[in-house]
Amino acid sequence: MEIDPFIFRLSIFILSIFVGYYVVWSVTPSLHTPLMSVTNAISSVIIVGAIIAALSDNNGNIFSSSSIYGFLAIILAAVNIFGGFLVTQRMLAMYKKKKKDKN
Amino acid sequence: MSANLSAILYLISGVLFILALRGLSSPETSRQGNLFGIIGMIIAVTVTFLSVGNFTLGFIYVLLFLVIGGSIGAFIAYRIPMTAMPELVAGFHSLVGLAAVFVAISAFINPEAFNLGTPNNIKLASLIEMAIGAAIGAITFSGSIIAFLKLQGIMSGAPITFRGQHLLNALILISIIVLVFYLCSTQSSKLFWILIAVSFLIGFLIIIPIGGADMPVVISMLNSYSGWAAAGIGFTLENTALIITGALVGSSGAILSYIMCKGMNRSFFNVILGGFGATDQTSNNQNKEQKPVKSGNADDAAFLMKNASSVIIVPGYGMAVAQAQHALREMVDTLKKNDIKVSYAIHPVAGRMPGHMNVLLAEANVPYDEVFELEEINNDFINADVAFVIGANDVTNPVAKTDPQSPIYGMPVLDVEKCKSVLFVKRSLSPGYAGIDNELFYKENTLMLFADAKKMTEEITKNLD
Repeated sequence: MEIDPFIFRLSIFILSIFVGYYVVWSVTPSLHTPLMSVTNAISSVIIVGAIIAALSDNNGNIFSSSSIYGFLAIILAAVNIFGGFLVTQRMLAMYKKKKKDKN
Repeated sequence: MSANLSAILYLISGVLFILALRGLSSPETSRQGNLFGIIGMIIAVTVTFLSVGNFTLGFIYVLLFLVIGGSIGAFIAYRIPMTAMPELVAGFHSLVGLAAVFVAISAFINPEAFNLGTPNNIKLASLIEMAIGAAIGAITFSGSIIAFLKLQGIMSGAPITFRGQHLLNALILISIIVLVFYLCSTQSSKLFWILIAVSFLIGFLIIIPIGGADMPVVISMLNSYSGWAAAGIGFTLENTALIITGALVGSSGAILSYIMCKGMNRSFFNVILGGFGATDQTSNNQNKEQKPVKSGNADDAAFLMKNASSVIIVPGYGMAVAQAQHALREMVDTLKKNDIKVSYAIHPVAGRMPGHMNVLLAEANVPYDEVFELEEINNDFINADVAFVIGANDVTNPVAKTDPQSPIYGMPVLDVEKCKSVLFVKRSLSPGYAGIDNELFYKENTLMLFADAKKMTEEITKNLD
């Protein structure tokens, strides 16, 4: 009997939860705010679905009822991707070590 | 592009996202981690373009909308002050939630585009995944909007409660499950729209009873939800990158919520059921005025610190409100010039979101190796000469260790009172968010500095010279 592909995806999902669990516990508490902004940015990979939805043009109609939702989702996800990664970068650039010559 | 190749590339982008989070284990590797995240995103988007392979006019529009959204995002990212990070993150969560809802709607209207069957005859598994993704996405959206409004101060931070609230919420949650069940058996688009509407409503209802002080838990929780919503859509689209990311973000948010709850010694359900901060306000107010308090001025504070050999700074959200972090750093610079050892002690729930205080200090050019977490520094208070509490309150209250009747009993607190002397910068004796009096105010070794945090810090710096 063949295994349903859903089971494979479920396996990836469950294993990723465990990976996430251990990786996130190793994040230093001082970086918890950048952690939130970067997780926010990467969860916008949902843009993949938005692009498929937007380009699903049937009968040459660019703005069909389904693709409009795709375009709207692209805008939202793009705000998040750029905003999330850039604000994370801006924050991380501020974390500096003690200057050695200062002691 | 073949389906197998694109699946492998999506897997690679998922792995890059894991490395992005892994990088955050230390500030040195974090910037590289963020780069991995960006590369992962570029791969995912490019692969999607190539596998759809539809480079017609629609593609131009996709790029156009990408640029519009991207410019808005970049503009916000550069302009946002660091004190407003909690609002920003809450706002961004709402966008992820709404994007998930839109993708689910689009997949429901036009399932052929996603290989999910035909309208009114969508594969059962896909329909369930889609419904779950849409429902969680909608909850994330409306919940984050409320969190945003509360953080921004547009909506009062006070918990909004009414009779039968929990019963109503429970009924709505049950109705969501019933709706998903009927949606799957009838494929009715009407039910799909009702499901989304009801999910918006419940997201709104579960956040309004939660008070302003619990926002760190709420933001983390919504972070987690946005992840589960993405994972739900990932299953619908059979996309590995989305499934991995959803799981990562979901567990990340859950862990942060747990850490925040532990920092307040409250159970997750206690926070969610809400209403904290509304009670106990009156009970402690009577005996407050009778107890003597020692208060001083900037001159006294400067004198104490000048004669100290080590000082521990305890910043809280009040510091951010007064925008005192830069003034504080200047004061610390002056102290260091006088060979006084200075370190910072951060409580897990200081600020309005996890790690918020650390970012604010980093922005004021405080080196991160001078900043310590509660467990790292709590044993040092006994050897320190001066504790300088600026904008923190409940997290220093010794009552949490001594009085089992207190609402914050059992909450881990910074052992500030063990210092030889405590300088407490505060506008007045009013209680903090927990609504209880701070015993620290009345201790022998405490000197209250009644003033605006920024002004006081600047004056102390002047007096130190």
